[in-house]
Amino acid sequence: MADIQTHEYDVLIIGAGGAGLSAAVVAAAAGVKVGVVCKSLLGKAHTVMAEGGVAAAMANVDDRDSWRVHFADTMRGGQYLNNPRMAELHAQEAPDRVRELEKWGALFDRTPDGRILQRNFGGHAYPRLAHVGDRTGLEMIRTLQDHGIHSGMEVHMEVTCTRLLKDGNRCTGVFAYDREKGRFRVFKAGAVVLATGGVGRAYEINSNSWEYTGDGHVLAYDAGAELQDMEFLQFHPTGMVWPPSVRGILVTEGVRGEGGVLRNKDGKRFMFDNIPDNYKAQTASDEEEGWRYTQGDKRARRPPELLTRDHVARMINREVKEGRGSPHGGVFLDIAWIKPRVPGGAEHIRKKLPGMYHQFKELAELDITEMPMEIGPTTHYMMGGVRVDADSQMSSVPGLFAAGECGAGLHGANRLGGNSLSDLLVFGQRAGQFAVEYAKKNGRGKVSEDEVKKASEAALAPFSRSGGKGENAFQIQGELQKMMQAKVGIIRSPGEVQEAIGEIAQLKKRGQAVVVEGNREYNPGWHTALDLHNLLTVSEAIARAALERKESRGAQTREDAPGKDPEWGKVNLIVKKGDDGQMQIRREPIAPMRPDLKAIIEEIG
Amino acid sequence: MAGKKTTFEVYRGDAKGGARQSYETEVGEGMVVLDVLHQIQREQAPDLAIRWNCKAGKCGSCSAEVNGKPRLTCMTRCSSLDLDQPVRVEPMRTFPLIRDLVTDVSWNYEVKKKIKKFKPRAPDAPDGTWRMDQKDVERVQEFRKCIECFLCQDVCHVLRDHHKHAEFAGPRFFIYTAALEMHPLDSENDRLTDLRERDGLGYCNITKCCTDVCPEHITITDNGIIPLKERVVDDHWDPLTGLVNLVFGRPKG
Ligand SMILES: Cc1cc2nc3c(=O)[nH]c(=O)nc-3n(C[C@H](O)[C@H](O)[C@H](O)COP(=O)(O)OP(=O)(O)OC[C@H]3O[C@@H](n4cnc5c(N)ncnc54)[C@H](O)[C@@H]3O)c2cc1C
Ligand code: SF4
Ligand code: SF4
Ligand code: FES
Repeated sequence: MADIQTHEYDVLIIGAGGAGLSAAVVAAAAGVKVGVVCKSLLGKAHTVMAEGGVAAAMANVDDRDSWRVHFADTMRGGQYLNNPRMAELHAQEAPDRVRELEKWGALFDRTPDGRILQRNFGGHAYPRLAHVGDRTGLEMIRTLQDHGIHSGMEVHMEVTCTRLLKDGNRCTGVFAYDREKGRFRVFKAGAVVLATGGVGRAYEINSNSWEYTGDGHVLAYDAGAELQDMEFLQFHPTGMVWPPSVRGILVTEGVRGEGGVLRNKDGKRFMFDNIPDNYKAQTASDEEEGWRYTQGDKRARRPPELLTRDHVARMINREVKEGRGSPHGGVFLDIAWIKPRVPGGAEHIRKKLPGMYHQFKELAELDITEMPMEIGPTTHYMMGGVRVDADSQMSSVPGLFAAGECGAGLHGANRLGGNSLSDLLVFGQRAGQFAVEYAKKNGRGKVSEDEVKKASEAALAPFSRSGGKGENAFQIQGELQKMMQAKVGIIRSPGEVQEAIGEIAQLKKRGQAVVVEGNREYNPGWHTALDLHNLLTVSEAIARAALERKESRGAQTREDAPGKDPEWGKVNLIVKKGDDGQMQIRREPIAPMRPDLKAIIEEIG
Repeated sequence: MAGKKTTFEVYRGDAKGGARQSYETEVGEGMVVLDVLHQIQREQAPDLAIRWNCKAGKCGSCSAEVNGKPRLTCMTRCSSLDLDQPVRVEPMRTFPLIRDLVTDVSWNYEVKKKIKKFKPRAPDAPDGTWRMDQKDVERVQEFRKCIECFLCQDVCHVLRDHHKHAEFAGPRFFIYTAALEMHPLDSENDRLTDLRERDGLGYCNITKCCTDVCPEHITITDNGIIPLKERVVDDHWDPLTGLVNLVFGRPKG
């Protein structure tokens, strides 16, 4: 293996988004040697795209807020499939993590008395999202990046991990290639933290970047770790639908938080038509009350546009299916209507939502202060991921940790907006801390030459196949995306999902025949070929879990089983690679909630 | 949706050399240049190297030169270009080429590392938090909008034509420094000497080309560089404090 560069770290972090950088910063501060590996350049991870804000019960805007309310909101939003301990830690620690960012230089928008301003978001009882206009993710990643580069961590940019390396049962390193030259790298480590983000590129219409191919999910799965809640994939209700080339790009929920409303082609606020029972008491009874809520009236209840994302996405889907949609197959999201009601009119909108204003102006030639936007659901966020211990974030493989979107447990069946950025900070930091502890206790591990050899052979396979009727990686990826969109989308029928599983198996076979042109230097054809294994594996996990859960709950909607089934409310689905290499799925009973946490839910509802 | 047949001349090559290559392809409604590049990649040139992430103007990865102008390819609508002529797409010229449209921008990361980091003053409240005015925050937020696309670095003649990479930090890092200097909480006193002696602020002759290309519409020159220049002069010669303090708020201490 003379041609393979080797690096050694105490803690190796895969991913440089909010979760990975949080882990890296705390690990480096603990004085151990820390390496960070990421597929893109530093500062470009998906976190940079987050818009609306980071949820933390600081109670700066409404002093009725507390970690207990945040906890209850998160559990209700997740339909009680969440890991309660994670929801508890998250609600308790998020405020400190946000203040820590301020200490590192982040500049959030302010309240009139100079504290961090917080805004309304779906499913949160009180204004809770600290934000910077609609570019909160940029502020967060840049703060962590600029703080991190002085912390001693070493960053390997544009390096992609394709396999975890193990010593016995323990994870001791990573095999990777650099995108620039296609050279192989081996990272040996005392502990490995996965912080690779989500899976949205398995779908045709999505709000995600090319990086979201489920790498961390599959790295962990292939190493024998358990995945959980894979049936729960969030479709964000508001993605752009027109023009076709921008379809799926996110329109932040912040638009609705600022007073934006949803209408069908007849101009009707259809969200008032159907309000789920468990949210009735908290939802405005008419348009006027909803408006007052968005403008900070503490006695008012939230408009139905700010119900949880799963519900809003389904309602939009219904309007479109029943022929009341907009010209290009979405519905209307109108923020222009607030102009006469706010001081400053159009200027107010531009100031509150500058990113959205520019996005529509430049990509759709539409002025959102004048015209309603056309929007529809877009694949957005993966609730499912690596199953971890709530306190330490360690997976079922010793020495392997996971945090951020590639982890699971906090969000249950549906994530509330803003709860991801806070998740990254809270659990990224925890993963970093516990990885340090683990590495200190166990030392750096060994990696096996044999495993490295296998990993490099697998990576080179697409070059060694002979041409002829070889498959094209882009083509297979495109077919998978269309198929998943059509058959394992917002509304799922068992027949279609079953078909999808069959088609994934076919695509896997074709994936084995992909042939790559050109050489190893910065070759997207090759990179895409290697991503296919991950995309196909997460797609299979999503489909199998969706088929298994015979009920509708949160982000999972089953055509044949509308409504929740209390029995299904007692289990999480766990996906694991069997000894025979086949995907196995089992039901794991949810542990009874601690009495004090239960009391909070009973009190707050 | 009838597409328009258009020729794209895309640079193909690496550090050793290369040339523009013609691809004929259909441009559909609403397409941006990055969409076209992806289409070419999918249909004709699977090994065409492009850097991108968000496709929404938020990450600053997809920088290149379209018809000679530094642009984000994901925010350059084809309808804004003359499609009767071939459209030229080339890598940023100021940085070493890796392959095709991908350049080695690591120099920028090195420059940033040298700039003294944020150092907050003691907290204002007993609970360890600070109080800041929205208007003080907004002034700095303008610079913090930067997505590090490095287009301003690409266009600046000091780097592009005079290759002063070793002595000149470039507009991106002037506004980065300005953001730190204007940060309401920052208490680091020592960045101005660096700006003058190490970062070559004096090389900038205020051509404003950087401001013109910034996709985030940051007023790099007027709001960032010029006040910094005044401050550096002030720091060095010590006159005129009034004007500088007007721009930067109260002096630090
Ligand atoms: C448009 C948009 C807006 C959003 N807005 C909000 C919001 O307002 N509030 C909120 O809470 N959430 C929001 N989210 C969700 C949130 O941004 C993401 O869930 C979150 O940023 C994920 O962070 P992460 O640290 O887990 O991963 P990421 O930030 O995605 O980082 C993943 C990292 O892993 C690296 N990586 C991946 N695979 C590999 C590999 N194989 N080898 C090496 N490195 C690898 C990548 O290069 C990257 O550095 C939004 C999401 C989108 C798409
Ligand atoms: S104004 Fe200064 S920094 Fe900007 S492009 Fe001109 S010379 Fe370069
Ligand atoms: S200042 Fe503007 S042009 Fe320069 S890197 Fe930042 S966003 Fe890009
Ligand atoms: S791809 Fe992110 S700015 Fe163009």
